[in-house]
Amino acid sequence: MSTGTLYAPRPVPGHDRELGAAGRSVRSRRRRRQLRWNLVVAGLALLVAALFLLSLCIGERTYSIAEVVQVIAGQHVPGASFGVGVLRLPRACGAVLAGAAFGVVGTCFQVLLRNTLASPDIIGVTAGANTAAVAGIILFGLSGLALTGLAVAGGLVTAVAIALLAWQGSGATSRLILVGIAAASMFDAATLWIMTRGSQWDIQAASRWLTGSLNGLSWASLAPLIGALLVGLPLVGLMSRQLGNLQLGDDVASGLGVRVSLTRAAIMLIGVVVLAAATATTGPIAFVSLLCGPIALNLVGAGHSSLLPAALVGAAMVLASDFIAAHLLLRSYPVGVVTGILGGLYLIVLLIRMGRRTRGSA
Amino acid sequence: MTDHEFSARGVSVGYGDRPVIGGLDLQVPAHRVGAIIGPNGCGKSTLLRTLSRQLRPSAGAVLLDGRAIHSMPTREVAKVLGLLPQSPTCPEGIVVEDLVSRGRTPHRGSFGRWTSADDEAIALALEETGTAELAERPVDELSGGQRQRVWIAMALAQQTDLLLLDEPTTFLDLAYQIDVLELLVRLNESRGTTIVMVLHDINLAARYCDWLAAMRDGTVRARGGPREVVDVETVREVFDLETVVIDDPVSGAPLVVPRGRAGRSAGERTAAREVPA
Repeated sequence: MSTGTLYAPRPVPGHDRELGAAGRSVRSRRRRRQLRWNLVVAGLALLVAALFLLSLCIGERTYSIAEVVQVIAGQHVPGASFGVGVLRLPRACGAVLAGAAFGVVGTCFQVLLRNTLASPDIIGVTAGANTAAVAGIILFGLSGLALTGLAVAGGLVTAVAIALLAWQGSGATSRLILVGIAAASMFDAATLWIMTRGSQWDIQAASRWLTGSLNGLSWASLAPLIGALLVGLPLVGLMSRQLGNLQLGDDVASGLGVRVSLTRAAIMLIGVVVLAAATATTGPIAFVSLLCGPIALNLVGAGHSSLLPAALVGAAMVLASDFIAAHLLLRSYPVGVVTGILGGLYLIVLLIRMGRRTRGSA
Repeated sequence: MTDHEFSARGVSVGYGDRPVIGGLDLQVPAHRVGAIIGPNGCGKSTLLRTLSRQLRPSAGAVLLDGRAIHSMPTREVAKVLGLLPQSPTCPEGIVVEDLVSRGRTPHRGSFGRWTSADDEAIALALEETGTAELAERPVDELSGGQRQRVWIAMALAQQTDLLLLDEPTTFLDLAYQIDVLELLVRLNESRGTTIVMVLHDINLAARYCDWLAAMRDGTVRARGGPREVVDVETVREVFDLETVVIDDPVSGAPLVVPRGRAGRSAGERTAAREVPA
């Protein structure tokens, strides 16, 4: 069938063409929204940098920013080189890396499963990694890369098991979350049981680790996490547009040319590996993976990529919480104590708001 | 606007072991508006989901310009074939323009920057659907009819030559149903877009479509223009319903008036009561 004159010619899009008025206003509105995203990311990056320096400067001995910068630059500063370079720097870097990891992975899960509650904390993936790691510490005396590997394996096995148990021909997320909560309780029980088998010293180590702690981090202990992030974050970044379109539902996403199953499986796999690597390094710093996504999304606005902002929010949250836990309380606590309290409060607020919304729409 | 050959050849589809469609053929005429009609469970949505490659046929193939769409790169298909499913998910708080912009995905890839072609396509889609003044409103604050227009705008921003819609009028009140169908017909006229949709309402389908395919038990029982498909025999065969088919006084299209399977209508009952014994 010929269409030569039947239909009005459609404007042929081209890069060289002048934009019409309507097109120009679309562009300027989008740039304005993009500006907000840029500002949020810049602001968060500054906040992370400031908290990072703060945590390097302040401690039992306080060093000046100049001294800290000199140490980072690799110069030898008497006293500071050990205090900052060996003790504080790995700890602060660990806070940034673990925070970013928890933030990104939590957001990925929440977006993929289209549910704020679907963070790995809640749906049992973290608990599975915990059980494996505690078993590694207490039963097999593992540390370092072997411990990370075991935690990754535990997280992966748990994720697959939960997905299989919840699978009913289609992915109903509420079912997945309930199965995940049940799995989390079972793994927590298993973790406790393993701890009762351990010696006094191992139990202390395991329980400090279970609370989520940055104590005693060294460059060597950070290596697995750095590796996982170096591989995982660029890959997730590569898929962030596809991830954003999955929010529109599987059908719309595939209609837009997204390879739905592949994207989902890849992001889940990378997410679990990064999460488990972070968990093996610092312990499960409570609630960070639950909190970062919603905070980041509130900052950048719905419909915009919240992965990078969530990573920065996570880094800032862990740095700040560790600073509070270590210096501002009556005695020094592990970082997970502070994030646990923050997360609990947030959950209560979330539940109250959800309750209001349900009543409002009823 | 290219003339695309789009057809289903001997397509069989099932969920698990349960066959829903068996050996179905359907040729989709280019630049026409068509509807798949039929009773609940006849396989019409399954057919649309197969045409839009959401479901993989167990036998046969859906061909786009001679190639099986299930083995083509999904992004390549997405540049030619758009889809609006029955219940798309809207991210909480997303604004209209951002949602419509998502339609540009297949043209942009993973890293492509926004081009003036993208801006032009989005502006045009907003304008044609009458949603330009809603551009910065959150989608979840809109009415059902406005929201459906926004989803259609997203599909239009994709600038595909073929557009498949799964029950685009469901959950809308009558005025919005007319609104949406007239919008689609207008787009067909202005852009030449080939439209295939699943419709529940046989009368609206007969009124707005160039061709209809009536399905029952996973096969197409009748296919052709509204006059050829909508008659007493076909409606009886497909819907198990006795009807009278008259001319729609407004459009002249065939209009199905059900007789009802048993008992009488309210009007007849009232008349019967008023007649003295």
